[in-house]
Amino acid sequence: MTVYANPNTEGAIVDFRSRYDHYIGGKWVAPAKGQYFENPTPITGQAFCEVGRGTAEDIDAALDAAHTAAKTWNKSSATERGAVLLAMADRMEENLEKIAVAESWDNGKAVRETLNADIPLAIDHLRYFAGAIRAQEGSLSQIDDDTVAYHYHEPLGVVGQIIPWNFPILMATWKIAPALAGGNCIVLKPAEQTPASIMLLMDLIGDLIPPGVLNVVNGFGLEAGKPLACSPRIGKIAFTGETTTGRMIMQYATENIIPVSLELGGKSPNIFFSDVMDADDGFLQKSLEGFAFFALNQGEVCTCPSRALIQESMADDFYDLAIERVKQIKQGNPLDTDTMMGAQASNDQFEKIMSYMDIGKQGGAEVLIGGDSLDLGGELSGGYYVQPTVLRGTNDMRVFQEEIFGPVVATTTFKDYDDALSIANDTMFGLGAGVWSRNGNIAYRAGRDIQAGRVWVNNYHSYPAHAAFGGYKMSGFGRETHLMLLEAYQQTKNLLVSYTEQPQGFF
Amino acid sequence: MTTILASRPEIPGEDFSRVAMTDETLELLQKLRGIHGDLMFHLSGGCCDGSMPMCYPAGDFRTGAQDVLLGTFELPATDALPTAEIGFWVGKPHFSYIRGSHITLEVVDGRGAGFSVETPEGKRFIMRSTLLPS
Repeated sequence: MTVYANPNTEGAIVDFRSRYDHYIGGKWVAPAKGQYFENPTPITGQAFCEVGRGTAEDIDAALDAAHTAAKTWNKSSATERGAVLLAMADRMEENLEKIAVAESWDNGKAVRETLNADIPLAIDHLRYFAGAIRAQEGSLSQIDDDTVAYHYHEPLGVVGQIIPWNFPILMATWKIAPALAGGNCIVLKPAEQTPASIMLLMDLIGDLIPPGVLNVVNGFGLEAGKPLACSPRIGKIAFTGETTTGRMIMQYATENIIPVSLELGGKSPNIFFSDVMDADDGFLQKSLEGFAFFALNQGEVCTCPSRALIQESMADDFYDLAIERVKQIKQGNPLDTDTMMGAQASNDQFEKIMSYMDIGKQGGAEVLIGGDSLDLGGELSGGYYVQPTVLRGTNDMRVFQEEIFGPVVATTTFKDYDDALSIANDTMFGLGAGVWSRNGNIAYRAGRDIQAGRVWVNNYHSYPAHAAFGGYKMSGFGRETHLMLLEAYQQTKNLLVSYTEQPQGFF
Repeated sequence: MTTILASRPEIPGEDFSRVAMTDETLELLQKLRGIHGDLMFHLSGGCCDGSMPMCYPAGDFRTGAQDVLLGTFELPATDALPTAEIGFWVGKPHFSYIRGSHITLEVVDGRGAGFSVETPEGKRFIMRSTLLPS
C-alpha cells in the first residue's frame, strides 16, 4: 500500500505550477485577455492552480502556430512522426508515477487506475500509432495498360480536438496519436473540469514535439471550444462528450463542410446468462467482477456497464453474490493505492448523480446497495464522493435509459435470449455492451445481435490499441484505438496518370 | 427550493406545465441574457455532461424534427431588459423517457459542460425531477 502525498505538499512526487498559460507554438503563452480560472481537485474540492481562460483570440493564435508548423509537419516522413510519438511515450513512461498522481489529483479518480490503466494505455497508444504509420501503405491500381491510379494518404492539415474530463490524458492521447501520426497539426482544448494534468504533461513532453505541431488552449466551451469548432481553419473536428454538444459540433461543421468524429456516450447493457452460475469457479468470479465494473472510474465512463441484465432462473443467487462483491469496493483517499473508487469529477457531476438517485427512487427502483453520497471525513469531506449503487427495476425507468455517468448500475432480469436482446437494444445508445456466458454459441450470437460498436465477451472495460472503439445509434460515429483511424485523419489523393504517348482522339 | 416560474405548455393537447425554475435560476438567467441576449435550453443525453440542461444563445442550437419543445418560460422584464421567452427543448427519443416527469431547473456550483453559457460564471444548471400525476 502506498499513499501519495497531495501534489504541492511536502513529500509529493509531483507538483503543479500555480498557474498554467496556454501552450502555443512550443511556448507558454498568456491568454490574450489575461484571464484565468481556478481549478479545484475533486478529491478535496479545493482549488490548486489557475489555468488560462482562453477566448477566440487564443484559438486564433494557436491556429496560426499550427498552420505555420503544418508547412513542414504535413510533409514530414513517417519515420520522423513515428520517432516523435515514440519519444513522447518514452518520456511518459519515465514519469509514469508522477503523471498518474497528477491525473488522479486533477480528475479525482483512484490512483491505482491511473497507474495501471490510464497512463500505461496512453503510452502504448502512442507506440501503436508510431508503428501503424510506419506500416501504412498507399495503393496503386492499374486501370489499363497505359493508365495508373495512385492513392496517397495526405494529412488533413490542422485539426481541432475537444477532450472530455473522464480520462483527460488517455482521451487526449487517443486523439493526439493518430492525428500526429497522420501528419496533422493540432489545436486541442481540454475539458474545463480537468485542464491541468494535460498542461503538466506538456511541461514534460513539449520539447520533444516540433513547435506548433501540438497546441493546447484551455477555457470554457462557449468561449474557447466554440471558436475552435466553428473555425474555417480546421480540417476536422473530433469531439467526445454528450449528445447536444455533439449535435452542435456537427451543425458548426456543416458551415465549413469538414468531417466530424463524435463519441457521445451510452447506456451499455451487461448481460449475464444463467450458465455463469453453473460452477463456483474462476469464471464465476470473473463474471462478478464484470458486474462490479460499473464502479470503474466512479462510473464516469461512456461505456459504463450501467444496465445489468440477469437471467431470471439464476437471478436470486447471482444478486446475492454480486451485491457481496460491490460491498467490497473500497472507497477512500484516491491517492491511496488500496482505494478502488475515487471522487466524482466535479460538484455539478456529483449533484447530477444525486438527482438521478432521487429519480430512480421516485420511479420505483429498489435500492439494493448504496443510493447515497459519502463523507470520507477530514480534508476529503470537501470532495465529491458517491456510494457504489445497485438499483433494481425495469428497463422503461429513467435510470435505465438516461446516462447518469456515475457509479450506479440499473439491474433487471430477463427470461430468455430473445428477452435479453430486446431489453439490451431498447435504448437510444449503442456504444458498449458486455456478454457473459460459458456457451460460445450464445455469447457469439448475442455479441452480434447487440446494436453497439464494442461488445466485450466474457470481459469488460478493456481498451487495448488495435481493437476498434466507437458507437452505433445516438452514441456517435467514427472509430478510435485502431489503425483505421489514421484514414479518418487523412485525405485520399488520387493521381490518375496516363503513360501513353498517343492522344485520346476526342478532339 | 422555491420554484417561482412555471413554463407555458407547448405540447399539443396538454394544459399543464412540464418545467419550472427556482428563483436562483431566474436570477442567473436574467444575468446571462444581459450578456448573451435571448436564450434557449436543450436537454442533453449521454456521456460526460449528459442528462444536463444546456443553455445557449437562442437559435445557436438548431432544433428540428427530432426535437420536442417541452415548454416556454416568460421571463419578466428587469431594469435593463424587456420581457423575454426561453424555450426548453429535448430530443424526441429522450422525451419518451422523461414524459412522465416534471422538471425543475436549479443552479449548482460547477465547472461546466459543453458550450452552455452559464459555465464561465462557475455555475451549472441541473435538472431535478418529480413524477407528474398520472
